[in-house]
Amino acid sequence: MAVTTEPVLEVGGLVKHYPLTRGIVLRKQIGAVKAVDGVDFTLGRGETLGIVGESGCGKSTVAKMLCHLERPTAGSIRFKGEDITGLSGRALKAVRRNIQMVFQDPYTSLNPRMTVGDIVGEPYEIHPEAAPRGDRRRRVRELLDVVGLNPEHINRYPHQFSGGQRQRIGIARGLALRPEVIVADEPVSALDVSVQAQVINLMARLQSEFDLSYLFIAHDLSIVRHISDRVGVMYLGRIVETGTDTEIYDHPTHPYTQALLSAVPVPDPEAREVRERIILSGDVPSPTDVPSGCRFRTRCWKARERCAREVPALAVPAVLREAPGPAAHDSACHFAEPLPVSRPPTARAVPPAETGEPAGNGSGPG
Amino acid sequence: MPEQRREQDGAIAGTGMGGAMDLAASEATALERTGGGPEGGPDPGRPRSLWSDAWRDLRRDPVFLVSALVILFLVLISLWPSVIAPGSPLSCDLAKAQDGPGPGAPFGYDGQGCNVYTRTVYGARTSVTVGVCATLGVALLGSVLGALAGFFGGVWDSVLSRGTDIFFAIPVVLGGLVLLSVVSSNTVWPVIGFMVLLGWPQVSRIARGSVITVRQNDYVQAARALGASHSRILLRHIAPNAVAPVIVVATIALGTYIALEATLSYLGVGLKPPSVSWGIDISAASPYVRNAPHALLWPAGALAVTVLAFIMLGDAVRDALDPKLR
Repeated sequence: MAVTTEPVLEVGGLVKHYPLTRGIVLRKQIGAVKAVDGVDFTLGRGETLGIVGESGCGKSTVAKMLCHLERPTAGSIRFKGEDITGLSGRALKAVRRNIQMVFQDPYTSLNPRMTVGDIVGEPYEIHPEAAPRGDRRRRVRELLDVVGLNPEHINRYPHQFSGGQRQRIGIARGLALRPEVIVADEPVSALDVSVQAQVINLMARLQSEFDLSYLFIAHDLSIVRHISDRVGVMYLGRIVETGTDTEIYDHPTHPYTQALLSAVPVPDPEAREVRERIILSGDVPSPTDVPSGCRFRTRCWKARERCAREVPALAVPAVLREAPGPAAHDSACHFAEPLPVSRPPTARAVPPAETGEPAGNGSGPG
Repeated sequence: MPEQRREQDGAIAGTGMGGAMDLAASEATALERTGGGPEGGPDPGRPRSLWSDAWRDLRRDPVFLVSALVILFLVLISLWPSVIAPGSPLSCDLAKAQDGPGPGAPFGYDGQGCNVYTRTVYGARTSVTVGVCATLGVALLGSVLGALAGFFGGVWDSVLSRGTDIFFAIPVVLGGLVLLSVVSSNTVWPVIGFMVLLGWPQVSRIARGSVITVRQNDYVQAARALGASHSRILLRHIAPNAVAPVIVVATIALGTYIALEATLSYLGVGLKPPSVSWGIDISAASPYVRNAPHALLWPAGALAVTVLAFIMLGDAVRDALDPKLR
């Protein structure tokens, strides 16, 4: 659970509110979209932290703030102990060398009017101190080779490549400055499933080769599990549960994580019939009007009055603190507990087809 | 292992036009890993960029070559009209008014008995100068202001957008009558200045919209994340991707400016008679077009060919700047 290596990135109380204004000449703030509302995490050297959560929970905003593409409303980002939140100018440019981003959509993240050589070589033009002028071309070819592309294709344009190859180009550009941290914002969700695995395995190989730390953002739970050492689950601008991948996937204690995991499709028709699905009621509340106390309480089956009053802290729950085990990890819930049933076979006693409940039979949602 | 990866990627590289060739090329390189560019292209070790590739394309593009030759010819006769047109465009003989083609006057004579051929050749200088300078001025001013407004947004954008609204509200002919009537110089420059003043908002709106569209792309974010300066982002990433609509509008507007010069001259606020221009000749010939159509058709034809050449040039440049069309 604790970070085993020295931390490269420490994020504390990160907040991003987008103001909602009314009026043209006299702008008046009438509210705020609380895209990110107090996020803390630590990323160790060589570690992969996966961030999962549904659309609109603020994952991408966190990524943009780490890459200084958005300015945080509050909170701090520390890189190797140094606060880099408010940097600008030369100091910011120097920090950018160490934190690079891989984008979601390989079709819009590469300039269609630049050759691959120019795209991957641009980091060296922006940071001339990173590579001597005469050496850049060779380095670009090396990078293409490292990400599994043919270095002979250096003069081609992005549209001449497939989605997976384009994503490799994006990764090569991210690697050019030898950063220590790579923020990958849904790097494979725009790719075919067959290509996803190739790109994920490439990223895993590069991690050990270049000693990279990844912040890996995705909504695909199985991919996050595959690549991550630790996982953070986000809901409505906050991290609700974090732990190692086994702790989160096999012993979730937060109700939201439990519901999220129960929605993962099961590739076995028999197991699919008997597994228990937690179907949440209602929709995600609007980030302009976040519920008081625990922000998940409006959809939670465990909610009591206490949940409306107190914001649950992200810590090891008191009930689980005595018994060290995989369930004892940070979970922001007043009533955190591991799921009572071990899921797969036992529940045959209640065949879902005969219960007659609309949510339980047939193909069901999901 | 790397070879295998490459082959898999090659198998799905069927997106572009050269899908089959991509596949063959990557398989070949995967198996042999030999040098030599794919598709028999030039040495891959030599860096290429959008502009060098565009220039290579243009040199082989017949549309570009034809239009460039026409424009070159226009420039040459603007500089040295007397080489191909002996005599003065101002020496007219009323006795020959509206006459058809004759010796030394292959295009015939206009209503004042002037040689239409000589006047058409001499008129090129004024018309091409007005068209090209007004277009360049409008395109530069409009796209720079529009791009800055679109890129930086905020107050700058609001001010500029309201500014363009004001200029759009000025009727061209009325504005020309008012502004140009106070200018006494009989050169093309006040006319060009007036056209730039009234023409830039059109281009600026298009450039602004185009920049706003391009700015949202992830590659602009990626450049920012690398620490690229505003000027690098604007010049390297946004301008090449946003310039196409500006080129189209500017080349079409070129013809409008040559015609507008004629309108203003006809109204007596543009160039005055000792000057020679296609616009002046077209408007002078229009009252007796039924008696002497040749006096109208030759300068009008020259105007049409000029406009066509610039539009074709603009098209060719725009296509050459789009790697997807290669």
